[in-house]
Amino acid sequence: MPLVELRDVRKLYHLGGEEIRALDGVSADIEAGEFISIIGPSGSGKSTLMHILGCLDSPTSGTIKLDGVMIEKASPRELARIRNEKIGFVFQFFNLLPKLNVLQNVELPMVYSGVSSRERHTRAMDALKLVGMENRAKHRPMQLSGGQQQRAAIARALVNRPKIVFADEPTGNLDSVTGEAILQLFRQLSLEGRTIALVTHDPEIAAVTPRRIEIRDGKIAKNVDTRLSGQHDGPKFNLAQPAP
Amino acid sequence: MILLNAILIGLKEIWSHKFRSALSILGIVLGVCSLVAMAAIVKGMENGMKESLIAYGGLDKVLLREQPVPAWQEHLADQAPGRTMKDVLALTKSAPLIRLLSPEMDLPRAILSRGGKNVAPSEFIGAWPAVLEMNLHTVAHGRFFSELDDREARNVMVIGTGIRDALFGSPEEVGREIIPLGERISVSGQSFTIIGMFEHYESIADKRKRETALKKAVPADSKKGPAFSPQRNRTSYAFWRKNYVAYIPLNTMWVRFRSAAGAGDTPDPRLSDIDMKVADLDLIEPALQQAKNVLLMTHNGIEDFTFTTQEQSIEQIKTTIGNAQRSGGLIAAIALLVGGIGITNIMLASITERVREIGIRKAIGATTFSIFMQILVESVVIAIIGGAVGVVTSFALVRGISEVVPGENVPVVTMTALALAFGFSAGIGALAGVWPAIKASKLDPIQALRYE
Repeated sequence: MPLVELRDVRKLYHLGGEEIRALDGVSADIEAGEFISIIGPSGSGKSTLMHILGCLDSPTSGTIKLDGVMIEKASPRELARIRNEKIGFVFQFFNLLPKLNVLQNVELPMVYSGVSSRERHTRAMDALKLVGMENRAKHRPMQLSGGQQQRAAIARALVNRPKIVFADEPTGNLDSVTGEAILQLFRQLSLEGRTIALVTHDPEIAAVTPRRIEIRDGKIAKNVDTRLSGQHDGPKFNLAQPAP
Repeated sequence: MILLNAILIGLKEIWSHKFRSALSILGIVLGVCSLVAMAAIVKGMENGMKESLIAYGGLDKVLLREQPVPAWQEHLADQAPGRTMKDVLALTKSAPLIRLLSPEMDLPRAILSRGGKNVAPSEFIGAWPAVLEMNLHTVAHGRFFSELDDREARNVMVIGTGIRDALFGSPEEVGREIIPLGERISVSGQSFTIIGMFEHYESIADKRKRETALKKAVPADSKKGPAFSPQRNRTSYAFWRKNYVAYIPLNTMWVRFRSAAGAGDTPDPRLSDIDMKVADLDLIEPALQQAKNVLLMTHNGIEDFTFTTQEQSIEQIKTTIGNAQRSGGLIAAIALLVGGIGITNIMLASITERVREIGIRKAIGATTFSIFMQILVESVVIAIIGGAVGVVTSFALVRGISEVVPGENVPVVTMTALALAFGFSAGIGALAGVWPAIKASKLDPIQALRYE
C-alpha cells in the first residue's frame, strides 16, 4: 500500500467571479521511503498540491489517503494532529520562531504532541545531531547563517519522526554552495529511509531525486522515475488532456 | 503542561514588548486602584459615620420630635400642646421602659461673650444633669451642675473645649491648656460662672494625627510649646458640634430667658428637645409604644410628635454607604473595563504582528484550541500582572489620598475590595482576550505563512 494516494484531486478558487483551477484532477502515489520532487513553474499548482498533501488545505473534490487515513474528511483538529505527528515541513524562509532558541524551536512540535520535557530535550538534541547542529542548540535563529537555520528547521521537521517530509524550495534562499549542502543532507536522510518530497521550480534541484512529478496548469505533466527497478503499476500521469 | 508553557510564552511576549505591555498593564492597574480606593474611601466614610453616631449619643438614644399634626386631626392643630415638662414628668412616672429622660430648652442664636470676644455655641441649652449621660459627655475639669443647681436656678455653666478655645484661647495659640473654671461668661446680659469643662472630643483618626504632629514638633523647637495640629477644624461636624456646646440648668434657662421671652405675656413652656434612652435595645419597639401611649394622653390624643431612633440613622448610613458603593463601584468597573479594552487592543496589535508565527505553529501541529489558549493566557497574564501591581499600588494611593485630601474620614483598605479587584481584573483579562484569541485561532495557516 502506498504511503500517499491521490485520486482525482481538484482545487478550485474563486477570484472576483473567475474560477481558477489550481489543481485539476491530480492522481498520484508516493511509496514509503521515496525521495521525490514536485516540480513546476510558479502558478503551476505545485504549492497547492503540497498544501493539500501537507494537510494545511483541503481539496474541493477527490480523495487523499495518507498512511491509511482519508484526510479529505478529517476535522481541523484531526488535521492538526496529522500535521503534528505524520508530516514535517521545511520552508524556503526557514520559519523558525525568532524569540525561541534553536533547541526550543526543535522542541516545539513535541510541545503540541504532549511529550514530556525531558524526552523533548533528548529527542531535540538527537535531531540536531542528525543535521550537525548540536553545537548551536542555544543560539537564536538570528545568530545563525541561512544554511544553519535551514538545518535547524530540518531538525524540527524530523523530530516527531514524521511519515513524510515536505520541503518547499528549501534552497531558494541560500547560496549555491550552502544549497548544495542542504540537498546533500536531504539525500543522506533519504538514504536512511525517510520519505521526502522536494517542491521546487528548479529542474537542477529536482535532478537530485530519483523520481520527479512535473506539474503544469494544475495537472501532472510528467512523472519520471529514474530508478531501474521500474515498479510502476501503470502511468501515474495523464497526458491525454489538452492544455487550455 | 501546555498551560504552563503557554504562561511562559505569554510572559516572554510581554517582556519582549515591555513598553507596550506596561501601558496596557497600567490600564488595569488604574482600574484596580480606583476600585480599591473607592472601597477604602467608602469604608472610611462608614467608619466616620458610625463614630459620629456614637458621638451623638449612642444607639439606645431616641429623639422625641415634633411633627405637623396629621391630616385627619388638622382641625385640632391649634390645640396641639407641643413638648413640655408635662410629657417628661408623665413619661418618668408611667413609662418604665424609658430608662433616662433629658428635657432640653434652648436659646436660639445665643452669643457667649467675655472680654470683647464672642462665640456662637453649637447649642446653648438648659438641661437636666441627665444630659451628661444622654449625650455621652465626659467632664474633664470641674463638675457638672447638680439637681440643686437646677432647683435653685443658679447661673452656672458647663462648656465644651471649643467655647474655651474661642473665648480664652486654644492650646495651640496659647501654648498651654487653659482651664477656665470660675471664670465668668455673659449671655444676653446674664452672667454665668463656669463650673466645668468637657474633654476634647475628636475622632480616632484626628487624635492619631494630632499626636503624631505633636511628636514631630517636639524636637524641632521646644520653646514654642506643644504644637497641636492646626487642622482641628477638619474634625467632622459631629465632633465640632459636641465641642461647641454650652449647658446651663433647665430651670435657669426657664427663669432667665424663657419666662420673659414668650409670645405676648405668656412664657413659652415648650421644650426644644426631649431625648430618651430605652432600658433595653431589644425592647425598643415596646418602649416606644409605651411612650406613645403616655404621650397621647398628655397631648389630648393629638399626634404632633414622632420618634427618631438611631436605628433609623443606621438604616440611613447603610443606604448612603450602599449608594456610594454602587456609584463608586460603577465608576471603578468602567475604569477596569477601559483597561480591558486596552488589553484587547494590544492583543489585536500583537496577533497582527505574529500572523506568521501563528502560521508556523499551526503548520507544525498547533490546534485551533492551543492557539486560542495561547492568546487568552497572554491577555490573562497581562491582567493578572496589572491586578497584582494595582493591589500594591492601591495601598500607596489610599495612603496618598488620606494625606492630601482634607477628609475627616481616613480611608480603610479592605481585603474584600482587594480580592474583588484582583478577581475582577483577571476576569476582565480573560474577557479581553477572547476576541483576539478567536481571531488568531481562526487564521488560515497557508495565508498566515505567506504573510510578510
